[in-house]
Amino acid sequence: MTDPSHHSDRSSGGEPMIRLEGLTKRFPGQKELAVDDLTMHIPDGEIIVLVGPSGSGKTTTLRMINRLIEPSSGKIILEGEDVTSIHPDRLRRRMGYVIQQVGLFPHMTIAQNIATVPKMLGWDRKRIAERTDELLTLIRMDPETYRSRYPKELSGGQRQRVGVARALAADPPVILMDEPFSAIDPITRGGLQDEFLRLQALIKKTIVFVTHDIDEAVKMGDRIAILRERSQIAQYDTPEHILTHPVDDFVRDFVGTGAAIRRLSLSAVDSVKWAEWPVAQLPAEVAQVREVLGRSGKSAVLLLDEERRPLRWVDGRALESSDRLSVEPGAIALPTVLPTTTLHSALDEMLKSGYGSVIVADAGGHYQGVVDLETVLKAVHDMREEVVVPAQDWTPEEVVASP
Amino acid sequence: MSFFDYLSARRDHLIELGLEHIQVVALSIAIATTIAVTLGVLVYRRPRQAQIVLAVTGMFLTIPSYALFGLFIPLVGLGWQPTVLALVMYALLPIVRNTITGLQGVDQAVIESAQGMGMGPWRRLFRIELPLAWPVIMAGIRVSTLILIGITAIAAAVNGPGLGQDIFDGLARIGGASALNLVLGGTLGIVALALLFDAAFAGVSRLTTSRGIRD
Repeated sequence: MTDPSHHSDRSSGGEPMIRLEGLTKRFPGQKELAVDDLTMHIPDGEIIVLVGPSGSGKTTTLRMINRLIEPSSGKIILEGEDVTSIHPDRLRRRMGYVIQQVGLFPHMTIAQNIATVPKMLGWDRKRIAERTDELLTLIRMDPETYRSRYPKELSGGQRQRVGVARALAADPPVILMDEPFSAIDPITRGGLQDEFLRLQALIKKTIVFVTHDIDEAVKMGDRIAILRERSQIAQYDTPEHILTHPVDDFVRDFVGTGAAIRRLSLSAVDSVKWAEWPVAQLPAEVAQVREVLGRSGKSAVLLLDEERRPLRWVDGRALESSDRLSVEPGAIALPTVLPTTTLHSALDEMLKSGYGSVIVADAGGHYQGVVDLETVLKAVHDMREEVVVPAQDWTPEEVVASP
Repeated sequence: MSFFDYLSARRDHLIELGLEHIQVVALSIAIATTIAVTLGVLVYRRPRQAQIVLAVTGMFLTIPSYALFGLFIPLVGLGWQPTVLALVMYALLPIVRNTITGLQGVDQAVIESAQGMGMGPWRRLFRIELPLAWPVIMAGIRVSTLILIGITAIAAAVNGPGLGQDIFDGLARIGGASALNLVLGGTLGIVALALLFDAAFAGVSRLTTSRGIRD
């Protein structure tokens, strides 16, 4: 599942990577403007998603940034430099470009495809070969295996990954992506999105990403610009804010009814207040556990082993039938999630297991706390009130029976 | 004299004519390919001009070859020149047509991504579009070559080179002793050349097409 940390609001002081100033496009022979006076600042190192219904001009806007479509008026400022009238090929070599149909060159090998821009920039052969292998490794495709293959020998998902590698080849500060994952089947798409976010955490590029899919926008974006017709910005904000505070009916309609569920994939388990749950650590006497259970008012105690790893749930009936805890039969302590798991996944685990709660354990398997259905519902409610839920220093109250 | 005796007696002569035939076809195809591919590149994005080019080169093919060779005599005399001139005209259409079709058939996404990476029009043409259209262009060249091998025989009418000389000689003394052998030798020679060229093309086409776009 996605690491939600990329959603955290990075403050971006200073000059934005890209400034679009009053960008306007009128296609010859058309009465309506395709893009009408768009001004937008794109901060360094973030994924900015342009999302909107078809015909909103989002692709036109993207293609004006690398001037595949020349703006009728307005300015494009890249890293403080006005690039509206420099030679477009020079501009494009500073921006990676990834499109839905990928457009790998079928007559060239994977290595040659990736090497396209470095070769145009005149890198020497050794440097190109090293860079190609480095990128293949980065997208988790073994250079030995794939270097000399041709695009037709790859799956759709692999082709799109090579497309991304090709865009990254000369290490441009900006990558433009036009519905890069839309033509991929849903299962592969999720994997590609996750992988791309993992990649972005390493490379920290400024990415302008166009999609028509609000779920994808919420998942990928550090910021989302919701566009209405003629590329008018309806709202430009963090995913959290857009989901919780849509500025108007257009945004509300576009975000749609699944918004509450979507919010859950933005918060990690460790960002909410965990449920208070009685635990007992081995070695412990039955009588003490019974007392803990009684005091808590819950139906079961979570039994931990000597290393504080969750063992199983022990309910009152199990405590009555025996007086030795170590051999006690009880429900196995599942499911377990990491503190960084999203609430959406945690809820999913809960519903799948039928327990109505999940145990939170760290990477070493040590017990951290419990999240139950109520916690999740409260989180949804809180998000509506306050957008950013700060991580809690608070630890759940717990009772450890002394030996 | 049996045909086989004739062949062995006239071997050197036939080989000489055959080589001339090959030379004149190869030269004409080389010139025609240069012109036709250039024309194709110029017009493939302009539908109207493309239509005009196709109509004109198509018209060339409908001119009877005997007449066309003859028409050039007042302009360039006899021999190689009218031959090559006429052959080039006949070879244009298949190559132009396939060049246009091949270039138009290049995946738009491939062109867009090339453009988006900052590849200029010339580099795009030579690195991307022509290599991708190459198998189709090659098929056009192959068709043209086969057409020319046949038509070259008629060039003998204007004193042109090649196996047509024997055919015309034979036809001129029909009923004479070796008339049939002459015609048969020339004709079979041309068929053999056609087969040879076709096989050579299959090989060259394979060698010059990237493994990534071969079937």
